[in-house]
Amino acid sequence: MAKKEYSFYPGCSSERKASASNYMVSVDAMCEKLDIKLNEIPDWNCCGASIGYAEGGELPRHVMNARNIALSEQNNPNQDIVATCAACWLGAKETADRLDASEQLLADTREVLKEAGLDVHLKNETPIRHMVEVLIEDIGYEGIKEPMVKSLEGIKFAGYVGCQTNRPFGVDGESFENPMYLDKMVETVGGEAIRDYEKKVTCCGGALAFSEPEKSQEQIKDIIEAAYDQGADMIVTPCPVCQMNVEVYQDQINKTYGTKFHIPVTYYSQLLTVAYGGSAKEAGLNGNIIRAKQLEEIAAK
Amino acid sequence: MNDVNTTMVDKYRNDFLKEVEENVEEGHWVKMCMQCGVCSGSCPFGPHWDHPPQEIFMMIRAGKRDEVLTTESMWMCTSCYNCIVRCPRELPITHIMHGLANYAHRLGIAPKMNPTRRFSAIFWNNITKTGRVNELALSLKLYFMDGFGNGVKKALAMKKVGIGMIKTKRLNPLALVNHKGVKNPKELHTLIKKAREIEDRRKGLAS
Repeated sequence: MAKKEYSFYPGCSSERKASASNYMVSVDAMCEKLDIKLNEIPDWNCCGASIGYAEGGELPRHVMNARNIALSEQNNPNQDIVATCAACWLGAKETADRLDASEQLLADTREVLKEAGLDVHLKNETPIRHMVEVLIEDIGYEGIKEPMVKSLEGIKFAGYVGCQTNRPFGVDGESFENPMYLDKMVETVGGEAIRDYEKKVTCCGGALAFSEPEKSQEQIKDIIEAAYDQGADMIVTPCPVCQMNVEVYQDQINKTYGTKFHIPVTYYSQLLTVAYGGSAKEAGLNGNIIRAKQLEEIAAK
Repeated sequence: MNDVNTTMVDKYRNDFLKEVEENVEEGHWVKMCMQCGVCSGSCPFGPHWDHPPQEIFMMIRAGKRDEVLTTESMWMCTSCYNCIVRCPRELPITHIMHGLANYAHRLGIAPKMNPTRRFSAIFWNNITKTGRVNELALSLKLYFMDGFGNGVKKALAMKKVGIGMIKTKRLNPLALVNHKGVKNPKELHTLIKKAREIEDRRKGLAS
């Protein structure tokens, strides 16, 4: 039996051939090494993300998330819900909080879920957690280190925590302005963390990278510039939106601002997978558009 | 003219604060703002707001209904939640901004051409269609929202990004035909429809 078991909410971007499919590949490999079993919530749906607000309103958004919570409580009872995506985690957790705070909202949600026979399954008492919480709270830094067979020594990482993994809920015991867990994770597997990375919790524009590209790219430029200024070899993040926004627009930013950015943007799970002896493929490194060559080299050793 | 909007104007007369408290998500918090301005200074898109959050709160209390509901300001919110965690009074500012934007949109008086308003609607329709995001359809719909010519231009500008994503297997080039969502999208549509009906009834938005 696996050491730990969770009800897993992968989210849309983690699907095959979706924007964070390589995140999922590395999470799978990482969890296998840590003996964590993820039981996918059957038939889960999108959380609505933040940007759904204009058309989605309140109740429809909460119903989307409550459906997932009900499905989890029905099929994976007594297992904490774990999300790898910041928006999925935030959306689900926010709904759970709101339903908990308002009897009216809970009653309305139940009335809607009745149409799918799910009202009876919604208890709304399951903790909703991010994968990084599982790692640092349930596994612990010592536990994270245990399967390590290779050190990431010699690579300097700018730990870009971003927004929604950090706010409004954040991780227990960490500050909103300067959370340290990502740096500690990097150091645990032998990498060098830039603990005072200036843009650690700066917004990349989120969904507005689509609708307001110029304004968002100005933000992204600052995030990358600070990483270079502070001597980073690569950026590491826990968020699929941060990863994509900071990675894929580098060419466009170079055109606009005359910069020469070409810096890999990786996931914490890719770092751990490589440190655990996983191949580049298992770490999803072939999914990075700007290849993380130093990690690939360590993986190939 | 817009019926729901006229109904609301008649119903609340000069009491815009009351209208916000009753109809806008987390609107009951507005009167708690003490005008310190930390939210405005913390916003990553701060310089792009015609009226930053702190100003919006005061405008609501001053009854500046049209100015608030028709501004592009709230549509600059990136959902970074910086304002929420820094507000000394712990106002859920992000949610209030989303709520105001949503309310203006539902009344039909939000700025028509605002790209984030349009993207938000495209996004919501995209995810509720099958239950899961279809990233290819989402991007194409966004690029082509201003007609075919503009769409081709924007799609070409994004070509390199798109090819990079396809090459690394992070975008499904065939998603328009083989995207998979939840098992029973129709059931999900029923849920969303019913949720919307209840919400509209509660907020007096039912037409």
